[in-house]
Amino acid sequence: MRIPCPFCGDRGNEEFTVLGAAGLARPAPEADDAAWHDYVHLRDNPAGAHRELWHHVFGCRAWLVVERDTRTHAVLSVTPAKERAA
Amino acid sequence: MNAPLDPRTPADLALSRPAPAQPCRLPAGGLVDRGRGLSFTFDGRRLSGLAGDTLASALLANGIHLVGRSFKYHRPRGILSAGTEEPNALVELRSGARREPNTRATMAELFEGLEARSQNRWPSLGLDLGAVNGVFAPILAAGFYYKTFMWPPSFWEKLYEPLIRRAAGLGRAPEGADPDHYERMHAFCDVLVVGGGPAGLMAALAAGRAGARVILAEEDRELGGRLLAEAEEVDGMPGPAWVQSVEAELAAMPRVRLLRRTSAFAVLDHGVVGAVERVADHLPVPPAHLPRQRYWKIVARRIVLAAGAIERPVVFGGNDRPGVMLGGAVRAYLNRYAVRPGQSAVVFTAGDDGWRTVADLARAGASVEAVVDARSEIPAQQARLAARLGARLVAGGRITGTAGWHRIAAVEIGDDRGCTEGRGADLLAMGGGWTPAIHLSCHRGGKPRWDDALAAFLPGTTPPGMSVAGAAAGRFTTAAVLADGAREGAAAARDCGFAATEPQVPRAEDTPDARVALFHVPASRGKAFVDFQHDVTAKDVALAHREGFRSVEHVKRYTTLGMATDQGKTANVTGLAILAEIAGRSIPGTGTTVFRPPWTPVAIGTIAGHHRGKAFRPTRRTPTHAWAAANGATFVEVGPWLRAQWYARPGETEWQQSVAREVAAVRNAAGICDVSTLGKIEVTGPGAAALLDLVYANTISTLAVGRVRYGVMLREDGFVMDDGTVARIAEDRFFVTTTTANAGKVLQHMEFCHQVLRPDLDVSMISVTDAWAQVSIAGPRAREVVAGLVDPGPDLSNAALPHMAWRAVGVDGVPARLYRLSFSGELAYELGVPPDLGEAVMRRAVELGATPYGTEALAVLRIEKGHPAGGELNGQTTARDLGLGRMVSTKKDCIGRRLAERPALTDPARPVLVGLKPVDARTPLRAGAHLFMPGAEPVTANDQGYVTSACVSPTLGHPIALGLLSRGAERVGERVRVLDPVRGGDTEAEVCAPCFVDPEGVRTRG
Repeated sequence: MRIPCPFCGDRGNEEFTVLGAAGLARPAPEADDAAWHDYVHLRDNPAGAHRELWHHVFGCRAWLVVERDTRTHAVLSVTPAKERAA
Repeated sequence: MNAPLDPRTPADLALSRPAPAQPCRLPAGGLVDRGRGLSFTFDGRRLSGLAGDTLASALLANGIHLVGRSFKYHRPRGILSAGTEEPNALVELRSGARREPNTRATMAELFEGLEARSQNRWPSLGLDLGAVNGVFAPILAAGFYYKTFMWPPSFWEKLYEPLIRRAAGLGRAPEGADPDHYERMHAFCDVLVVGGGPAGLMAALAAGRAGARVILAEEDRELGGRLLAEAEEVDGMPGPAWVQSVEAELAAMPRVRLLRRTSAFAVLDHGVVGAVERVADHLPVPPAHLPRQRYWKIVARRIVLAAGAIERPVVFGGNDRPGVMLGGAVRAYLNRYAVRPGQSAVVFTAGDDGWRTVADLARAGASVEAVVDARSEIPAQQARLAARLGARLVAGGRITGTAGWHRIAAVEIGDDRGCTEGRGADLLAMGGGWTPAIHLSCHRGGKPRWDDALAAFLPGTTPPGMSVAGAAAGRFTTAAVLADGAREGAAAARDCGFAATEPQVPRAEDTPDARVALFHVPASRGKAFVDFQHDVTAKDVALAHREGFRSVEHVKRYTTLGMATDQGKTANVTGLAILAEIAGRSIPGTGTTVFRPPWTPVAIGTIAGHHRGKAFRPTRRTPTHAWAAANGATFVEVGPWLRAQWYARPGETEWQQSVAREVAAVRNAAGICDVSTLGKIEVTGPGAAALLDLVYANTISTLAVGRVRYGVMLREDGFVMDDGTVARIAEDRFFVTTTTANAGKVLQHMEFCHQVLRPDLDVSMISVTDAWAQVSIAGPRAREVVAGLVDPGPDLSNAALPHMAWRAVGVDGVPARLYRLSFSGELAYELGVPPDLGEAVMRRAVELGATPYGTEALAVLRIEKGHPAGGELNGQTTARDLGLGRMVSTKKDCIGRRLAERPALTDPARPVLVGLKPVDARTPLRAGAHLFMPGAEPVTANDQGYVTSACVSPTLGHPIALGLLSRGAERVGERVRVLDPVRGGDTEAEVCAPCFVDPEGVRTRG
């Protein structure tokens, strides 16, 4: 598997670790239990485009949002998590 | 008098005797080196071959067809093919630690002194008692084991399975550790060409001439593919000569890399291809500078799959008898190896292809007894050839049986009219047509498509970037294959941005192969094998269908068809055709064959490469490692680190003596311990304090410059993740330590918190673990030791540098940091210096009277103080459980705060940290033992907790422990039963506060 890191270029998956779904909004501390349960425990498992957080741990150490098709492993987009959130 | 023992092995002895001539070697021709004879042994028999032989061709040159016994029925088996698809001729090569089972004789290159042995026979290949399985064959059909060895269930593991495993099986694993080494290479190219036959050569030429970076991977030791095996001309010269000219041109291109003996075995995501290069398999022993095999991870922008095609055996009774070979293989032995695999041959063919075999056999001087052609109309030219050779021509013919003991002696031929006749023969060349080798096109999930005209599966959807050329794409004349390779190679180069033109396609044979579909002869006598390696017959496929297995995937698993080490290269399509015939469906309506990596078996050692033993991962050594080793240290692995566990002094025979002495030194004088392995992170920037407030459960932003705070961090689910200390170096600069085990994880987590959760914060962080040698100096005399270590000047008094403060100091004029921190509960400091000063600091501290102590003493000291560490920070404990609940700030948000408030995590009945003392003050307590109310039945429902850490306290003179006990804080003074059913401990302990020494902390603050 190859991931095009926006900072380092096309790199092998052995340089990365994957965390899981991206784009989860961390609830406010006062949010109810259901919102926190959802944020910490519940995940979608789509067949198709899926946004995930990958860490370029043996590279630039950027957290990246990798959009990947779970059926083909095609990488559709890669953006720094920092930019997404900003 | 006894003769001296002869150190030579039987193989050595065999090799010392002269070898007989090779009776089946043709006097001229072939691509073997007649000037270089090679000696080898097979089952201890000395034989000779030539350089350029495979083991299979050398055995055939010696007239040996019987090379093994089959998997299930122990049937005599010979050499079916001349290549990578070989299902039958599996042998053991070499001996001792280099013994390799299940090696295909058709792929093993001959070398001087090669030892080969047949497999799966006892006591000998010729007389195999396991062959009685053949007598019981009617009951050994598909599913036999599942149906028979059901009762009683306990017999399976002890009796049935070992017996079956002994009887059914192949080679033996080597006896010792593999003495060879393996390596991994990463390569990048524009165009990867898989297969070096005519299509692959043209593709590489087209892409190479355009200037693309090309890698050509060929499984054989020589480029050329079928051109080495066929007697045909390309561009007016013999095929092999044309191959040489192309090879010379490719070799001269600096951007083209030719990998011979290299099998591309897996197509992975995004143009990544795994390949194994057999660097030294063809040498008796790999030279010291070379690996045995090399695992290539090739990243290609475009892939041209030119893997050729595999000839299909025909399924008829007795088609597995030694001497029954594929027609294309017969031609390979005749033309490439100059070996005549039989003297009187019968050729069984689906069409034109077999007539090439007829011509080549005749040219090599073999007598062709009969040509059995499945077509009812035979072209006149072929009929004339048969007449000229005096061969009986059977149009619309079938082979309906074979006879012979260890080798074929006669065949039974049936024709259109239902007449049968027997005919003597020592070779039967068969061929049901060719199956494109599309395997690599399926590795990414692509489904093949059936082509009715070709009666073959062709690549369907190919992985992105892959195109298929030549016979693998269903082109079956040399001219078409060459043109296809040129076209696909040029197209691939163009896709990579090169201005590629198609090279001129050389003149070559261009007669299409006319044939009929021929898979199976239903009316034949004897066992008709579909999968030779797994002994699956046409009857087994029929039985599976009768028993209700309809899906080809189910039939495959029930019969094990295609599941042997050859993955059914010669069997899958035929099996599918037979199933389709029985079910009355079309082949594509019955199913497809799906191929997964690896294309051929790959040794685990090759994939592991150098990552084994000591090189499995780097060993990290502390700055004082050499000093510790010279001063009696025993080391222990802590994560990737080696740390001093204790320092034995002369006269100390038990490790406990060393540890007790070291602990006493810390409690009564001073000790020094290397704590450089703790993770160290420097966090800087205006947003640093806010980030640390998010990461840590307690508040960090209120920490004053010059002070240090103990910090606990939680996971978002509310459990404790790690602990450590935070020193504020400046307003916008913090120095954070983590536990040794979690150093990497904590940095990654902090980066996540910053980049994903709080990208608005202006902060950066970096690991400085390796930038500091850090030692802990602890004990009542620690201050005077430290004063002797640091450059004169700083006021080290309690008032100037109190507990949980830090200051800059100098060591030999170099800036250093002195932190007043205590893990041991004593007056203690941590001194951080550049790594190259670490050893000097250690040495000088010892000269100043400090006793070096290791991780065991460190553990005892912290258990005596009740500080949580690995045993307590086990991922299942909350801050409350560890008595740190008040540290979790309620005034601010932090990771894990919200879920730490879950009812289950705030349940007052949760086990919390307690101290434990054995009631009899003698019996040691052990970590892992469980806690019960005295008198309660020791069952899970009554379980009240467990011991997390235990030691014998030298300070108190008796065993102590830390544990997690339900409602433990309220139970000080109570007794609990400490039960260790696994290791057999059962004692009572008194619950106490989790601090055994100086609970008021007077010493720490002294």
